[in-house]
Amino acid sequence: MKFGVIVFPGSNCDLDAYHLVRDVLKKEVEYIHYSEKSIGRQDVIILPGGFTYGDYLRSGAIARFSPVMNAIAEFADKGGPVLGICNGFQVLTEAGLLPGALYRNHHLQFRCEQVFVRVDNNSLPFTLSASLGKVLEMPVAHGDGSYYAPPELLEELKANDQIVFRYTDQNGDVTPQANPNGSLENIAGVCNRVGNVVGLMPHPERAGEKVLGSRHGLIIFKSIISYLTGREVVRNV
Amino acid sequence: MQWKAKVEVTLKKAVLDPQGAAVEKSLRALGYDEVSEVRVGKYIELNLEANDREEAAARVEDMSRRLLSNPVIEDYSYVLQEAGL
Repeated sequence: MKFGVIVFPGSNCDLDAYHLVRDVLKKEVEYIHYSEKSIGRQDVIILPGGFTYGDYLRSGAIARFSPVMNAIAEFADKGGPVLGICNGFQVLTEAGLLPGALYRNHHLQFRCEQVFVRVDNNSLPFTLSASLGKVLEMPVAHGDGSYYAPPELLEELKANDQIVFRYTDQNGDVTPQANPNGSLENIAGVCNRVGNVVGLMPHPERAGEKVLGSRHGLIIFKSIISYLTGREVVRNV
Repeated sequence: MQWKAKVEVTLKKAVLDPQGAAVEKSLRALGYDEVSEVRVGKYIELNLEANDREEAAARVEDMSRRLLSNPVIEDYSYVLQEAGL
């Protein structure tokens, strides 16, 4: 089982993701440079957080045209699991691999704090180890995290169960106070139609060890490991 | 032929513009009570080589859609003129 962490110019959570996979989860992991045209053999791809190309023009707008993105689109198209965290989420929406858009926080502040998100779809490769409605504590650190989808797209997302995470209070209630950035309907993370591509603004890779204050992010990584293990078992039968 | 394109990118009307709201509040604080509907956008200027206006316009449309704006949240408009005029 191998994880690939994409390194764009300006990625800065690539090390966190790499560290979590190698040192905490004890799985094989490799960095993949944005200039690569091929990603080699990977089982899961992580687009990490950061400020690719200085967030010039729009967050993720330039990174999405990196050579490696074609290989990621092909991987996703074949059903390969792809996780976009924070800036990685922004890159995936810009690339059209995830629906909607992320833009300036409504209060215009950069927010770096612990938040709670509720799992609203637990049938995905990245969420199958969580119970439905499970509340996870994870940090956010972003200035452009306000999620937007036009009304007809929002209806589609609801109809297809593509809203994966919502900002809530500790009890799992969606409240305006729990929304750190003005995201539409407190949306913190979404998936593509098939469900193999997931993006979220909070940082599960920074919530995987006790010393970091929360280990709730592990559930996302443990989900994908169970999913891939199940697939390997099926393959070997 | 060299053309100059001046591209304006703005948030769609339906999308809340937090920067515009902050600027509006500040203008009102300065006493400009008559101000409303402030929107903050982006301005991008570029030169391009094209045989005629139609070709230049098609290229600018294309780059505006693909990179300069995000059609989910933004609209764009542009003016084209012969460069150096």
